[in-house]
Amino acid sequence: MSNNQDKTNGLNALSDRLKKRMAEPVEKKPQVEQTVALPSTEPALIDLTLNGKQVKAKAGETILELARRLRIHIPTLCHDPRLPADGACRLCVVEVEGSNRLLTSCETRVAPDMVVKTNSAKVRQARQVMLDLLFSNHPDDCLTCKDSGHCKLQNYCYEYGVVRGSYRDFGRKIEPKDKTNPFYDYDPEKCILCGQCVRVCADLQCTDAITLEGRGEATRVRTPNRVGLEHSRCVSCGNCVAVCPTGALMPKRQPDRWFGTKKTRTTCSYCGVGCQMHLITKDGKLVGVEPVQGAEPNDGMLCVKGRFSWNFVQHPDRLKTPLIRKNGKLEEASWEEALNLVASKLRETKDTYGPDSIAGFSSARATNEDNYLFQKMLRAVIGTNNVDHCARL
Amino acid sequence: MRMTRDDIKTIADQTVELMNLRGLPGDNPDGHFKKAVIVCRGTGCTSSRSDKIQERFETLIADAGKQDEIEVVRTGCFGLCEAGPVVIVHPGGTFYSHIEVDDADKIFNEHLIGEEPVKSLIYPDALSEEAILAYSEVPFTLHQRRIALRNCGHIDPERIEEYIAHDGYRALDKVLFSMTPDEVIETVTAAGLRGLGGGGFPTGRKWMFTKQAEGATKYVVCNADEGDPGAFMDRSILEGDPHTVIEAMIIAGYAIGAHQGFIYIRAEYPIAVQRLEIAIEQAKEKGLLGDDILGSGFNFNLELRLGAGAFVCGEETALIASIEGHRGMPRNKPPFPANAGLWGKPTLINNVETYANIPVILLEGAESFRQVGTENSPGTKVFALGGKIKNIGLVEVPMGTTLRQVVYDIGGGIPNDKAFKAVQTGGPSGGCIGADKLDTPIDFDSLKAIGSMMGSGGMIVMDEDNCMVDVARFYMDFITDESCGKCTPCREGTKRMLELLEKICDGKGEKGDIAKLESLAMTAQLASLCALGQTAANPVLSTLATFRDEYEAHIEKKSCPAGVCTSLISFFITEACIGCTKCARNCPVNCISGKVKERHVIDRDACIKCGNCQEVCPVNAVIRK
Repeated sequence: MSNNQDKTNGLNALSDRLKKRMAEPVEKKPQVEQTVALPSTEPALIDLTLNGKQVKAKAGETILELARRLRIHIPTLCHDPRLPADGACRLCVVEVEGSNRLLTSCETRVAPDMVVKTNSAKVRQARQVMLDLLFSNHPDDCLTCKDSGHCKLQNYCYEYGVVRGSYRDFGRKIEPKDKTNPFYDYDPEKCILCGQCVRVCADLQCTDAITLEGRGEATRVRTPNRVGLEHSRCVSCGNCVAVCPTGALMPKRQPDRWFGTKKTRTTCSYCGVGCQMHLITKDGKLVGVEPVQGAEPNDGMLCVKGRFSWNFVQHPDRLKTPLIRKNGKLEEASWEEALNLVASKLRETKDTYGPDSIAGFSSARATNEDNYLFQKMLRAVIGTNNVDHCARL
Repeated sequence: MRMTRDDIKTIADQTVELMNLRGLPGDNPDGHFKKAVIVCRGTGCTSSRSDKIQERFETLIADAGKQDEIEVVRTGCFGLCEAGPVVIVHPGGTFYSHIEVDDADKIFNEHLIGEEPVKSLIYPDALSEEAILAYSEVPFTLHQRRIALRNCGHIDPERIEEYIAHDGYRALDKVLFSMTPDEVIETVTAAGLRGLGGGGFPTGRKWMFTKQAEGATKYVVCNADEGDPGAFMDRSILEGDPHTVIEAMIIAGYAIGAHQGFIYIRAEYPIAVQRLEIAIEQAKEKGLLGDDILGSGFNFNLELRLGAGAFVCGEETALIASIEGHRGMPRNKPPFPANAGLWGKPTLINNVETYANIPVILLEGAESFRQVGTENSPGTKVFALGGKIKNIGLVEVPMGTTLRQVVYDIGGGIPNDKAFKAVQTGGPSGGCIGADKLDTPIDFDSLKAIGSMMGSGGMIVMDEDNCMVDVARFYMDFITDESCGKCTPCREGTKRMLELLEKICDGKGEKGDIAKLESLAMTAQLASLCALGQTAANPVLSTLATFRDEYEAHIEKKSCPAGVCTSLISFFITEACIGCTKCARNCPVNCISGKVKERHVIDRDACIKCGNCQEVCPVNAVIRK
């Protein structure tokens, strides 16, 4: 009891300090007169020739970054702007004058007077052969694949005229699927070994649940020691699934092919972080969730809840109105009716047993602002310090 | 016991007294030992029990109480592995080949005690009508010039004193006390030494770049991850003269400003690993590694890192990843290791053979080094000579020596009077060079100009019985296995090239397959991430360039001109058959019929093409066609 008392005093003291601080006038900093121009933070501009046109590039950027800025299309399968370039898929190769090889645009930085061709016959030929190689070692089940319309390999094969896979007659890798994760499946046959999932898992999610195993054509994405996804360190965040360019990693629940889907950007409602996500809908129904890349605060990352737990939205048992128990039976009520009832019960309890007979417990699914208001309500309206939060447990 | 500068001379003087018979110009027959038995303890000879031969000699000499008169020396590789186990007796340099443990008794009794060389055990090429040639006089040795291998076969690699006696650590002493780091780099640059791991990049420039790179912490790395099939140059240097690499790495550390070195060596080289461990331990004891080396104030430490058997880890960025504990996969260059290598710090990576030249260059000067070799490729190159050649082994020749000289003068030509067809240089990344280019001088630029490369130094000779499509298939099989799997053209492309080559060898080649091969080869060359992928197609492209007719014969005529691809050949008994029935008796599927003393016939449908009949036929009546 005395402990509680101390805590309460402490909290009171804190709020007193806060009040004091808030009451203090904000000291205005004197305006410093700008006499010397600060060095510009803008990078220097470099002149170079891109596809026959003179363009200005920012010093230090890669050819791919430059091209994307200028809306010049370069195909990539392993590129992820959040990670250091890996140069694994080689699809982004471009011709740079002075080099007898083709260089990966994701790794090659711009240099003054560079002459770059992103779409020459030589470049297209190399890309076509590589896509042909990848597709030859990939199931040709696009007609029934759920990832159809979303798959980068499919799109690029269309773009580069890869019809069937010239080496299909030699056979392709045959591997069992790993369906042991409750939220997503891994189909090694569809994996093109871009390595993005492994890098995201290791460098962004920091879970290291999957790794590249074996070498040469026997290379596979696997869980260390082949324990399978179920027994791995996987936390089911699905961030690997989000970057997979093919249908190798697919959510168990996802659109039946992506044609006719719509994306609606929203904020995840599971917690106060405010992750940005796209709700994928088809024919007015929610069919999936994808993280938004390049946006604060999550930049393409989600957790297991935001990523996979969206089916409650359309669940028939979902509560859509408040319920009030009348004569032992729950009956639908309006919000006004329900809130009035809660308010009257709170008042009744406070009046009868005192404010400390009431305690409040708030949720991490609410925003910071909501949580602030909640404690304010308990302290100022009810008059108790009995307030806590699930994130503290 | 830490050494001082003066100790180098003292140890050298004391030790050299006891090394008076080592087959070198300075040999003194009137010195301490009256006879010396040198036993090759390289991997080849040791696997043929030369360790037991050495023990036997030691026992015999000890039993006779002659330890003070006859010394037994364990050394690194002599080079002529084909003749192993090799034992050489000095004075005279008598060259005993193919020695068995029991032969030790005979040599001991007749030669060491009885003063009469055992002619029946002497290497045949060393026996002429007039005299017995010393090891240094046989044709195999005569045309060589040993710089990197200078101590192999002369010193005991497990005794640092013997290395010191042979000018060892004198270059280090000179560098630490009379040269600035810049002077060291200038000397290496002036010598024109180029990376002997195959790349041929000027060593001095690499040192300069690493020195100039920004950063307080720098590393020196030795690439001892030799992996080409049939190559054992670096292994032999490390087994025969490990201290030369250690000395060179300390010098490199001084030159670029590094205090830590790593030797990345494959675990499949147990003898080399063991000798390096011993050598590092000895160097630490003597204060040649550690703090304040020879009182100079310079600190340098050295550690071994064992590779796990991936060929690609010979590629420097993959090697770095492996030392760091990551999966051995290459990454894009730039940045080059000189700027961002091990743990992102400036790192100097040279291979074993390159380092082995460093002490010589610094001790004798750049000018002296440039006397050997060509203008653009000074010095020598070590090759592992193998395949269809008489003298299989390790050779070191001045740059500029022609392929013909190596194959015929040193290698002794093709066995069984078969016709030369091609020589493959540069390992799986290299190319096959046909007879028309045999007079090409061996140097970095000339080999590159004819579609091959220097590579680390594998040199495999092929004769008329080698099918070039099959050769390309062999190398592609190796590359397919060893590709790290990271980039598309190498991982997927090599597999498909291998399948196409297998299909052609199997007699199922179709029109258009050559075009497919060429398209895949070009893509791998143009778009692969690292040198492994970029050069993976060289065996295909170089054989296509010189032996396209063989590919066409396989595809169009469904025949293998060399008679190698079993699907395309059949066995046939000619009129020369004497009806001895030997073939029929040795046929595992009983498909040969015929009466005694009459010509036999092979049932081609039942024949499994095992070749037994051809091997056993006493009159060469069985032919493949």
